[in-house]
Amino acid sequence: MYETAIDFFTHNWLGQAIVILLECLAVTVPLLVAVAYMTYVDRKVWASIQLRRGPNVVGPFGLLQPFADGLKLMLKETIVPSSANSILFIIAPMITFLTALIAWAVVPFGNGVVISNLNVGILYLFAISSLGVYGVIIAGWASNSKYAFLGALRSAAQMVSYEVSIGFVLITVLLCVGSLNLSKVVLAQSGGFWHWYFLPLLPMFVIFFVSSLAETNRTPFDLPMSEAELVQGFQTEYSSMPFALFFLGEYANMILLSAMGAVLFLGGWMAPLPFLPSTGVWGVIWFALKIAFLLFVFSWTKGTLPRYRYDQLMRLGWKVFLPVSLGYVVLTAAVLQFGGWVPKI
Amino acid sequence: MILQALAFYVFAAITIASGAMVVSSRNPVYSVLFLILAFFNAAGLFVLIGAEFVAMILVIVYVGAVAVLFLFVVMMLDINITKLREGFLEYLPIGALIGIVLALEIMIGLGVFGGLPTGTVASLNKAGAQVASIENTRAIGQVLYTQYFYLFQVAGLVLLTAMIGAIVLTLRSRPGVRRQKVGEQLYRTKEQAMTIVKVPSRGGL
Repeated sequence: MYETAIDFFTHNWLGQAIVILLECLAVTVPLLVAVAYMTYVDRKVWASIQLRRGPNVVGPFGLLQPFADGLKLMLKETIVPSSANSILFIIAPMITFLTALIAWAVVPFGNGVVISNLNVGILYLFAISSLGVYGVIIAGWASNSKYAFLGALRSAAQMVSYEVSIGFVLITVLLCVGSLNLSKVVLAQSGGFWHWYFLPLLPMFVIFFVSSLAETNRTPFDLPMSEAELVQGFQTEYSSMPFALFFLGEYANMILLSAMGAVLFLGGWMAPLPFLPSTGVWGVIWFALKIAFLLFVFSWTKGTLPRYRYDQLMRLGWKVFLPVSLGYVVLTAAVLQFGGWVPKI
Repeated sequence: MILQALAFYVFAAITIASGAMVVSSRNPVYSVLFLILAFFNAAGLFVLIGAEFVAMILVIVYVGAVAVLFLFVVMMLDINITKLREGFLEYLPIGALIGIVLALEIMIGLGVFGGLPTGTVASLNKAGAQVASIENTRAIGQVLYTQYFYLFQVAGLVLLTAMIGAIVLTLRSRPGVRRQKVGEQLYRTKEQAMTIVKVPSRGGL
């Protein structure tokens, strides 16, 4: 019926479904390995900042540490508090983990290397990243514990506040590109690092990075889980695999926001110099290097900065980032219009 | 096509089921969560008919912002669930009536009873076909900033008024609150911040 295997995989609905499944696996498996090693790199970076060695016992240079941690969490008992709402209690970490994974469907790893080349890719990413807050709120409420609930409330307010400025950052980028398609965002930045958007939009890049720290509840914005006041915030009642899912989801979110930063401001899969190759596997390598750089800055910040006070956090979000990003949107639009640089669509 | 049809029935069935659960579930927090599920599946339906932009805006605005605030408020309230259920059957006829009226209006709008002037459906289909040939973000932009420009601006102004209203209602000047003024802190000089006092020996201050 189908003459070749290629025919089967492109025309039969079953074949298409198998291809989609394999594509998803090809993104998810490397992502999970990256998440595992991100926890390791994170700890190594903090250790170096504090003149320690970090994990160095399990395997050579401690390289097997993430798997030892994973195994430990898997073998532990899953405890659901008796007064907790058990269904929502179990669903919450799944939501956090899933939202961190499904966003990768539109991230372009190379020229044409993307699961779904969506025309509204930026909006999709923004929509999915705004869903992460549900995992946190539901976890806090379902735990039926005051520490968890306080942590969830803080986290929800914080994530909603910083999403506003991220939205304006996205608008400036798409004004310069003239498309919501992420592949086109990258293609608009082709030709050496001086064409990347981090230079003309430097204030927005800084705002985006700081807001992504707040979105992922990382230091200096880790108030939702500040251990000195709230035990562990919304994760207080979690143990074993549900806790592991939260943990993985958080790191996957960090990698996702770094990938967003790399696509929007650091030219995605483009090579930093025009004569270097950026096709095929090279594109994936450049993209991975850019993500790795942003992730290193994430760890670096965590090792360096103290925690913000809650009113300072809100002030920064609403009184500094919101007006600055709004002003920059107007400025960018004006410069594009009067400088004659409006992208042709 | 089979996958699309399957996706349509899954999204539609979940939308209707979760809509029913919003009304009938016993816990208001569950109601809000089912509402979110309904929004989500409605966005899925929009994607299936090719309206990606509307789908994403639905998720960003309703799921990402409005429903978060709903959930926030509902979780903070101390609601007596049994008391909330008491008047349910009393209001059922009124609710059903409103539902029927809305359904009839939609059917009239779609011309089920033949009330539409001839050609309207055809022109709507033609407009739809034109939209399908370009990205729907651009299609919306083209009519929003030309044909409906004033309406769009007025809608923005209405929202701005609502926002200012909310701020005016909640803004109170509370005397005695010590605020951190970052500007003042940064512009403070050494002369303003400290004084050097020559303390006489054995004298103290």
